[in-house]
Amino acid sequence: MSFHRINVTVNGTTEQVDVPSNMTLLQMLREKLAVTGTKNGCAAGECGACTVLMNGEPVNSCMVLAAECNGAEIVTVEGLSHENKLDPIQEEMIKAGGVQCGFCTPGVLISARALLNRNPKPNEFEIRDALVGNLCRCTGYIRIIEAVKNAANRSA
Amino acid sequence: MINPLPGLPEFDYIQPTSLEEASHFLAQHPAEARPFLGGTDCFVHMRDGAWKVKYMVDIKNLDGVKNISFAPAGLTIGASVNMNQVIASPDVNQYYPLLAEAAHSVASYQLRTRATIVGNICNASPAGDTIGACIVYEGQLHIYNSKGSRTEPLRSFFTGPGKTILQPGDIVTAISFPIPPAGHAGKYLKLGRNKLGDLAIVGVTALGYPDKAVPSGFSFKLALASVAPVPLVATQAEALLANKPLSEATIAEAAQLAMDACTPIDDVRGGARYRKYMVRNLTRQAISDVWDRIR
Repeated sequence: MSFHRINVTVNGTTEQVDVPSNMTLLQMLREKLAVTGTKNGCAAGECGACTVLMNGEPVNSCMVLAAECNGAEIVTVEGLSHENKLDPIQEEMIKAGGVQCGFCTPGVLISARALLNRNPKPNEFEIRDALVGNLCRCTGYIRIIEAVKNAANRSA
Repeated sequence: MINPLPGLPEFDYIQPTSLEEASHFLAQHPAEARPFLGGTDCFVHMRDGAWKVKYMVDIKNLDGVKNISFAPAGLTIGASVNMNQVIASPDVNQYYPLLAEAAHSVASYQLRTRATIVGNICNASPAGDTIGACIVYEGQLHIYNSKGSRTEPLRSFFTGPGKTILQPGDIVTAISFPIPPAGHAGKYLKLGRNKLGDLAIVGVTALGYPDKAVPSGFSFKLALASVAPVPLVATQAEALLANKPLSEATIAEAAQLAMDACTPIDDVRGGARYRKYMVRNLTRQAISDVWDRIR
């Protein structure tokens, strides 16, 4: 099986990595770069626990090959905060109690950030629609949706 | 279920630099190589062990597959244009709204960042969400082969579940659509287990327009998902609607013909009998809705 040398920027830092053909972006983040905020759930593109931003758009990192990421910019949950200050969506998730076991949270935060980037004032349907691909078995979603609403209102 | 091993089976990732190179490679390794775009179906099949693939040939960065364009002749969507780009396209929303609606019904935003219309078609699932819209808008597939390129109508593209008329070395580079007929209206009804993000138990796509060339004065196109080994065109129902004066009774008769044309299976999402009745009900609903808007 062939290896590929790629240059990939993860949370602002450019890394050169040798990756086998069958390694996913998720595996590269967790196992090669030790960026373990991003979680593995279903490994089939359904649960969204592994959601990261790739060139500004959210993707399921379990469904992207690391070898495809040459030149790509990746942002994981670790990259949402800046200068020790949490992203507004992170603060609102804490305040609203949108985190219980926390396993889905990194993916939810990335999907929510991506939504607010493309649509700063989403209505409730748009929020639910944007989070369809992020399954949470604890919260029942209500508090997560509240958190996204509150984060959107803050940027008013 | 938490999958402890997110790994894919071993394969070689191939990045050709031109369509010609990709086509040659695929033709040389017909049983072992697969072209892929977003991989949203491929990687699932490979993890499940359903596909044994030695070479995954990435065609999404090649010249000639990346653009979406609208011209007086119609719309062309390159193979690697993702579904979110299609949904966001003003031209698609204005002239081909069923396509935007169908694409929006696929999985989730983050999956649609990778999923493509052409990939959805080439995967040839009878449940493929966007295939119905592509059929009723009379999609034409542009197929590159280093031995000679051609165009094929989508209506005759599918030969079985996961099977198409594509030959080794063939690469679908784009799908194009003519401008829809004047006065058209369409309806897409997807029955899932929940409102958003699910696969279709049954999908019905209907397009209708005034047409002086047929006895009824109205032509309809009807495509059905998840109810046969291939995405199904309800040709008998289409013929009835073209030939018999339209009324509630005619529409009910057409819906019955659509139901009779289906040969669904029982699976985890729904039983065959349930699917058949849902085809009848949703087809009637879709045609009625369209007829109300074009009569």
